[in-house]
Amino acid sequence: MSKFKKNGGKSMPAISTASLPDIVFMLLFFFMVTTVMRETTLKVEVSQPEATEVKKMEKKSLVSYIYIGSPTTTQQLNFGTKARIQLNDVTFSRKEVSEIQNFIISERLQKDEDEIPYMTTSIKADASVTMGIVTDVKQELRKVNALKINYSTKKNKDVN
Amino acid sequence: MGKRRDLPEINAGSMADIAFLLLIFFLVTTTMDVDSGISRKLPPMPEENIETPEIHKKNIFVVLINKNDKVLAGIGSPSNMVEINGDGSISSSLKESVKEFVSNNGRSDNSSESPDKAVVSLQNQEGTSYDMYIQIQNELTKAYNELRDEKSNQDYGKDFDKLDADEQKLVKKYFPMKVSEAETKSN
Repeated sequence: MSKFKKNGGKSMPAISTASLPDIVFMLLFFFMVTTVMRETTLKVEVSQPEATEVKKMEKKSLVSYIYIGSPTTTQQLNFGTKARIQLNDVTFSRKEVSEIQNFIISERLQKDEDEIPYMTTSIKADASVTMGIVTDVKQELRKVNALKINYSTKKNKDVN
Repeated sequence: MGKRRDLPEINAGSMADIAFLLLIFFLVTTTMDVDSGISRKLPPMPEENIETPEIHKKNIFVVLINKNDKVLAGIGSPSNMVEINGDGSISSSLKESVKEFVSNNGRSDNSSESPDKAVVSLQNQEGTSYDMYIQIQNELTKAYNELRDEKSNQDYGKDFDKLDADEQKLVKKYFPMKVSEAETKSN
């Protein structure tokens, strides 16, 4: 009578897991497509300041990054705690700031000539660094005529 | 003919495991951060023997940030300046006074003549923190964004970022953002 009558000792049919790989693959492809591999390992501590009026960066391939912050704990043995500038995988002290010129020039060499005017430099600086070092960096950028810059910030939705 | 022989089915049970493994790898390596920030254009290096254009005092809105992150702002001479962040946080008065200054259109004698001529001069010191600097830049951007929004609402009836490229250009031309930054003074 009842629909749920046990039919003679037969065990529950196993739930088919045949579609499980499909679901997992779907997720996998999503992450494969959206993933951006970190190109450089950070050797300086960067926690960006917050701002509300931020814009998304376009054309990531045309962006060169400059990191400014105090060295991470493992790097402090070699470099102390004073803020340093990281270009690619190497860090430089404030006195060696002119290295930025070489860095920008080598970045330019990797790009097509007609893309060079659209190149942007993203300054990823720690909120606690002083403007002295940031201004030095900006001066060096002006010297090599890399004028488009972006102060990287976290987005903060709060209305102050 | 004999019975049709089935091909032995390949066991796909471990497929999910393999896919999971890859999935976890990508989950771990992925960084979801979108790069965002405040865009600025640096002025080109000054050429030799070039005369700097004279700007009338009333067309300059000065923002000073000192090494203790104290902010002063005002039009023209230092005597008109007001402290912005007395209680530690930046008050919205900075944004409001920038907006008033830029959109004055010569109505008041001691404010800018036109949005086109208005210049915001941002000066900071060696010891100014980057955090405060970004907050000020943010406020200035906000002032201009709001002005542009108001203008585009007035002219086209929609927000600035909903306009097409040409219309945006026109609004930008009406409210060009001119932030001049003097070189950092030590101490």
